[in-house]
Amino acid sequence: MINLNWYPVWRRNFLVWKKLAIPSLLGNLADPMLYMLGLGYGLGGLLQAVDGVPYLNFLAAGTLAYSVMNSATFETLYSAFSRMHVQKTWEAILNTPLTLKDVLLGELAWATSKSLLSAAAIMLVIWALGLYADFGMTLALLPVALLTGFCFAGMGLAINAVSPNYDFFLYYFTLAITPMILLGGVFYPPSALPVWLADIAAWLPLTHAIELARPLVLGRIPSDILLHGLALIGYGLVGFSAALVLTQRRLLK
Amino acid sequence: MTSPLILRGLCKSYGGARVVDGLDLELEPGRCHGLLGPNGAGKTTTLRLALGLIGADAGTVDLLGYPMPEQAALARRKVGVVPQIDSLDPDFTVRENLLTYGRYFGMKGREIEARIPYLLEFSGLAGKADAPINNLSGGMKRRLTLARALVNDPDLIFLDEPTTGLDPQARHLIWQGLRRLIGQGKTLLLTTHFMDEAERLCDVISVLDQGRVIVRGSPRELIRQHIEPHVVEIFGDGLNEWKTCAISDPAAQRLSTLSSPAGGGGAGGEGFCRRCETAGETLFCYTDTPEIVVAELEAQPGLRYLHRPANLEDVFLKLTGRDLRD
Repeated sequence: MINLNWYPVWRRNFLVWKKLAIPSLLGNLADPMLYMLGLGYGLGGLLQAVDGVPYLNFLAAGTLAYSVMNSATFETLYSAFSRMHVQKTWEAILNTPLTLKDVLLGELAWATSKSLLSAAAIMLVIWALGLYADFGMTLALLPVALLTGFCFAGMGLAINAVSPNYDFFLYYFTLAITPMILLGGVFYPPSALPVWLADIAAWLPLTHAIELARPLVLGRIPSDILLHGLALIGYGLVGFSAALVLTQRRLLK
Repeated sequence: MTSPLILRGLCKSYGGARVVDGLDLELEPGRCHGLLGPNGAGKTTTLRLALGLIGADAGTVDLLGYPMPEQAALARRKVGVVPQIDSLDPDFTVRENLLTYGRYFGMKGREIEARIPYLLEFSGLAGKADAPINNLSGGMKRRLTLARALVNDPDLIFLDEPTTGLDPQARHLIWQGLRRLIGQGKTLLLTTHFMDEAERLCDVISVLDQGRVIVRGSPRELIRQHIEPHVVEIFGDGLNEWKTCAISDPAAQRLSTLSSPAGGGGAGGEGFCRRCETAGETLFCYTDTPEIVVAELEAQPGLRYLHRPANLEDVFLKLTGRDLRD
């Protein structure tokens, strides 16, 4: 990202989003909010404190990470695929001085931006309902969301590059996203899993994101910050590099 | 002035198939160039190579003085492209499409805004600035695509089948625009399947087949060099009987070269036609002396005919054959 050539691509997506900002925001928010409030109050009423806090407080960080993941994933799968494959927006851009790398960087930055917005919306709810222990620490959720958004945007662009149609994304959801939601620690602490399963779950990108986000909501400094941060960056970089090569092969051969 | 685009010995293969095979092309500045060829002849690949979107297996591309694809970003600052497939932004209005596209060239918002009235006037879309794309007709969309390609005031404009799918009114509007651009000294490189379009607009035509340029010249030169000046198209119920009779009557030698296989031209100059071709139910007679053929046909009540001057399409079909390519 030495130059800012990608910025017009980001700006194009922003301008389109601006036109539909309200329904888009509501759509982004409604799903995680329903999970958080429905499960938080509903299940939370049946549960003892989890990790020493009410279940709703426990669920907040998981919801934030899950929402960031979803936001970046949907943007780089369905929306980016529409621009690349259906509307031929990328091909139009490639006829200008911009390169495919600029296009993909713009998409990466845009998807990350959108996931930050999702994080901010969940943070507002966390603040409004007082689900946090230390306000200052909750601000550190933003850089966590940035890394998480980057991670899933990079991976999503790689999936987008090899997808023949919209239906293909279902594989990614079934094989990657849903397992992460169920095993990554959104709904319960990883310690609740049998050791062998917890060992597998520890490798999932979403687990790393939640390992960073949850302590921050509960008022503790996360442990192994460097490990989790580098894991998110690593997954994102591998995904984005693959996206560069695979999209090049798809569009410019 | 130097040539805005020079292609030398260009080769590009896909999976063992040579799509572009030793292609040479040099554009003259300020002229409209046509790139004609049947489907699969390598037109679109040639355009993509010229734009530096893909790299050649062999050969060189020089676009506005820059080697491709290494310096593609620099060269494309002064290039406009009208792609074959509509790629306008459906979420934007006409103005927003132009603004957004201009920004890809690094232009400032104010700079683009200042150019928009001209672009709208040029494309006959004045008053449509705030119209959503989905409210535009097919012709309007094509004109907007042309306007979009001009946002950066390019020296060289690539047009890939700019009028495919348009009604005659819309085609004529596009042609007017292209003539204006030629008048402004822009260089155009146009691919089309409409031979009348190429004949009307192009100063120089290159016919591509199997990845290389097989002939090059002005439309008039090509017609003069490659084909007889007149064509009589003959069709109707009695065609086969008449044809057989005409061939088997040695005294008359009426259709002297008809006995050669369809599509193969005869060298003989005597008889009605220098060359005949059968395509489906129609017989094409290429001749210098249409009067004799017409007089003979007037005596055949079962046959209908169309006598017309030879055109670029006749040249194209002669050079690339009548077989379907895809």
